[in-house]
Amino acid sequence: MANSSQDKDNVAQIVRALEDKDTSAALQDPLENYMVLNMGPQHPATHGVLRLLLKLDGETVVECVPELGYLHRGYEKIAEGSTYMEFIPHTDRLDYISPIANNVAYALAVEKLAGVEAPPRAQYIRVIGAELARISSHLMAIGAMAMDVGAMTVFLWAFREREKLYDVFDLLTGVRFTTSYTRIGGVAQDMTDETKAAIRKFIDEFPKYHSEIIRMLNKNRIFLDRVVGVGTIDAETAIKLSFSGANLRGCGIAHDLRVFSPYLVYDQLSFDVITETGGDCFARYMVRMREMLESVKLVRQALDKMPQGPIKADMPKRVLPKKERVYNKMEELIHDFVIVNDGIHPEPGESYFATEGSKGELGFYIISDGDGHPWRMKIRSPSFCSLQALPTLVKGQMVSDVVAIIGSIDPIMGEADK
Amino acid sequence: MREMIEEKLRAKFGEDIVSVSESRGQASAEVKRDRIVDICRFLKEDPALRFNFLSDVCGADMLDFEDVSARKAYLAIEHEHRPVQVPVEERFLVIYNMISLENKMRLRLKVKVDGDKPVCPSVTSVYPAADWYERETFDMFGINFEGHPDLRRMYMPEEYEYYPLRKDFPQMGVPGSIPLPRK
Repeated sequence: MANSSQDKDNVAQIVRALEDKDTSAALQDPLENYMVLNMGPQHPATHGVLRLLLKLDGETVVECVPELGYLHRGYEKIAEGSTYMEFIPHTDRLDYISPIANNVAYALAVEKLAGVEAPPRAQYIRVIGAELARISSHLMAIGAMAMDVGAMTVFLWAFREREKLYDVFDLLTGVRFTTSYTRIGGVAQDMTDETKAAIRKFIDEFPKYHSEIIRMLNKNRIFLDRVVGVGTIDAETAIKLSFSGANLRGCGIAHDLRVFSPYLVYDQLSFDVITETGGDCFARYMVRMREMLESVKLVRQALDKMPQGPIKADMPKRVLPKKERVYNKMEELIHDFVIVNDGIHPEPGESYFATEGSKGELGFYIISDGDGHPWRMKIRSPSFCSLQALPTLVKGQMVSDVVAIIGSIDPIMGEADK
Repeated sequence: MREMIEEKLRAKFGEDIVSVSESRGQASAEVKRDRIVDICRFLKEDPALRFNFLSDVCGADMLDFEDVSARKAYLAIEHEHRPVQVPVEERFLVIYNMISLENKMRLRLKVKVDGDKPVCPSVTSVYPAADWYERETFDMFGINFEGHPDLRRMYMPEEYEYYPLRKDFPQMGVPGSIPLPRK
């Protein structure tokens, strides 16, 4: 008898303890519960150090909260303490999949601020570099997305092509990965005939491998089931959330900064702005696939049209002189010394310049106080804005679709976290 | 293009438009802080403007901002140089970059924010994309956006007590301000 009353006391104690810890709801109806899943920051499908907090109802995502900042290096603060020239290597580390495109965007932004214009040959070289970087970036996006939904083969094929591109970059810039290729007012070195031949070889062969990927995926039932109708966003919401680049064009809006506000020599080259109307993962994949062929077209035209001539503007106060002249001429030595140590001095004022980077609108907003380094530099990074739309995209989808959606919007954390 | 925007803005808001200027071919307008939401709504909805794409919001700290070329000119003619002090109630700038996709225009709006009490109305009700931009600006400058649905830090840890992009924050950071994880 005594024992049973003791048992009752024990049970009451356990129930009280459970109630105190706010687990009473769990006891009443366990199936009504939401589960919170922490995905990342170290997760193979998040493309870097992206952390997602997912609230799940069974397997369906109810809510998603992205957490950024795991790769924050404070580039905007670094920019305020370095000269305009010194910041170029940092732009490689923003979107590290397509460094040349960032170099070009940054150089153009500073040139806009300082009133420098690169000579035609340099502009053509920049177009070629930026478009090759776009191919490289889209290959990475498609390969990684396909791998996330199970098609390992495509990942390997895409990386085989990217390897060839890296060899091209090696010839063009002297390095494979962090190129730092542009200079204010031009590019670091000229494009040799050997490089030209290598680029031609690549763009001649690439469409064949491109169609292999298309054949592998576009009628693949497993792939299509994972991407068609998944992560759909309509055009209006996409504009509201400032989607840009291939993601926006996947919603049927033909917004491309190369046409919207032409820079470099894009207005002299013919290419189509690719749009798809689906707004889902498949549409974004198709935009990237088709854009690569447009880039091939652009590179071919640029190679044909590229004139001979200097690769740096002739503005001694703003543009670094040739190295061999620095060693032999007094005046060039002085200019080199001043530009490297003190920096170029743009007129006080402000300027915003955006290019169509591989991920979308990559812009630099610079306030100058007339000194050698920027007073304030803001980097408008496209991945940051794409990630902002992620909660909208994954709401109501299955948890396994989250990886496909992240793959399809192609975020790069180096750029999103700055 | 700038004239058209200026005319429309001045006709609607009059005194609230402080100035409209063009620098390096880009139009920018400085407006009163309290009217920024109304002005954004007008710019977005007016059929001749339709600035429907907010491409960026960022802050800038103008503490002790001075034109360096003017300082150098002073030095050259051996005058005593007095830097123009930016008054504390105009210490911060918040800059909005917007695009009109239909009319192919860009516009930059600027508002001045008080340095002692950095508060600015949030434009998230007009442009939902401003959500993260404003969080980032809050994180970096400590500007509080009134009416923002979820004003948390974007990059830095939640308990971090400094605002890194302010000019009085040292370039090398504050030692010990981010505790290392316990072993």
